[in-house]
Amino acid sequence: MDKLLKLLEEDARLTPAQIAVMTQRDEGDIKKAIEEYEKNGTILGYQALVDWDKTDREYVSAVIELRITPQRDRGFDKVAEMIYSYPEVKSLYLMSGGYDLHVIIEGKTLREVASFVSDKLAVIDAVLSTSTHFVLKKYKDEGVIFGSGETDERGSCMV
Amino acid sequence: MINYEKILSDKVQGIAPSGIRKFFDLTERMEDVIALTVGQPDFVTPWHIRDAAIESLKKGRTYYTSNAGLTPLREQICEYMERRFSLRYDPKTETLVTVGGSEAIDLAIRAVVRTGDEVIVPEPCFVCYAPIVTMAGGVPVKLPLRYEDKFKLTPELLRGAISDKTKLLILAFPNNPTGAIMTKEDLVSIADILRGTDILVLSDEIYAELTYGRPHCSIASLPDMRERTIIASGFSKTYAMTGWRMGYTLAPAPITEQMYKIHQYAIMCAPTTSQFAAIEALKNGDDDIEYMREEYNQRRRLILDGFKSIGLDCFVPEGAFYAFPNIGKFGMSSDDFCMQLLEKKKVAIVPGTAFGESGEGFARISYAYSVNHIKIAIEKMGEFIKEL
Repeated sequence: MDKLLKLLEEDARLTPAQIAVMTQRDEGDIKKAIEEYEKNGTILGYQALVDWDKTDREYVSAVIELRITPQRDRGFDKVAEMIYSYPEVKSLYLMSGGYDLHVIIEGKTLREVASFVSDKLAVIDAVLSTSTHFVLKKYKDEGVIFGSGETDERGSCMV
Repeated sequence: MINYEKILSDKVQGIAPSGIRKFFDLTERMEDVIALTVGQPDFVTPWHIRDAAIESLKKGRTYYTSNAGLTPLREQICEYMERRFSLRYDPKTETLVTVGGSEAIDLAIRAVVRTGDEVIVPEPCFVCYAPIVTMAGGVPVKLPLRYEDKFKLTPELLRGAISDKTKLLILAFPNNPTGAIMTKEDLVSIADILRGTDILVLSDEIYAELTYGRPHCSIASLPDMRERTIIASGFSKTYAMTGWRMGYTLAPAPITEQMYKIHQYAIMCAPTTSQFAAIEALKNGDDDIEYMREEYNQRRRLILDGFKSIGLDCFVPEGAFYAFPNIGKFGMSSDDFCMQLLEKKKVAIVPGTAFGESGEGFARISYAYSVNHIKIAIEKMGEFIKEL
């Protein structure tokens, strides 16, 4: 595995120069590698991880479990494509186990999410059933614990 | 009114307050300080280790252990030493579980020093050795190490410090505050001097797992050195377990027997919960060590590169998580430099003189901080230097 990816996954603001120093590689090589990763879709984007609960934005998010009839030749991909094309859909995974597609969606209100499920998802032919779970609180996302600021609690022990 | 000065221990009163403490206190009184001062990991103890401790509490394991520590822990310590450093010790008679590496150091010095014995303390070094020697009735012989030697102990320097009263040599590598290490070759030439004498060695190996580039070598692994060496080590730096206060000694049985007496009367036993955590650390913590070492190494490179970019000279530290840049060229004392940096830019670092007079012209900078924190600190230091 390339350490560069791990470093960027943790802190996308590191500059190629800094990564070069940290990994003992050439800055030009790092730049080239990043470009290549971006081109071939290994690196898909750079985003800030926002705790929206700290803002006045009104939103709800929900996890929806979908059971699907797979389609001849294309399996789940075609249905998945239909679903992920909606901008409301934040994440979509194909799952093993009791259901098939795991959809995470965000909306302004409960009603908005509910009508998305009934109007957009439930009506898809291949969808056998839906089960919607609203998120009450986010504790941790992308490896980051929410609500904890960056305070250094280490005591100034004389070491 | 009692005149305390007259009645309290003269030995203890004679010990000067620590220079690091003074600086820490100053820093604590200011707000929004960007500190590079701490001597402890910024990682949290890995969860599986914390979980083992919680499990032991749930099961009601809240008793004292035997004085020397839990047998399975002592066995694990010896197994670990063999696995990592090819050193063999007997868990029953040659190891003690202590309250941090600090107690291990205290036990070692007190067990071997007779009144008037000289103990060679190469400096700069961690601040505890000389005071403990003094309290034990010995005489600390401070031995200044040099920048041009990369702060290693050289055979020439050692020869010059040995007298017929020398009882003990303190060997603390990888070193706090310099980050210097002693390679096997470096140690061989030290061993050559000690062989055939009655001089003992206290090898403080608390940073043994934090070397970058080559694995740590213990002087005890060299021919004829095991019989004269006491290893003091612990879990604090290796597994990010500072608050658990877990350390140990490894030494030949006759020495361990004497240290055991002090430990038994002064401490009884190390904290039980921490001992259960330590067993888990030794059993399943190798990957954690690897992970943290690599993280520190990345930051070490980042901070050294940062020094270069702001015109700060520094020899390449190969161990621990400190860098010891040379600030001599700015024409002020370490104390002044650090004080002004704190006042003008709110960046806190520790003057080299806190670790001995030979630290004059240097400052200790800890890189046990997040990458982002280090980036900001370097930037501020750069501004400070430019404005000088």
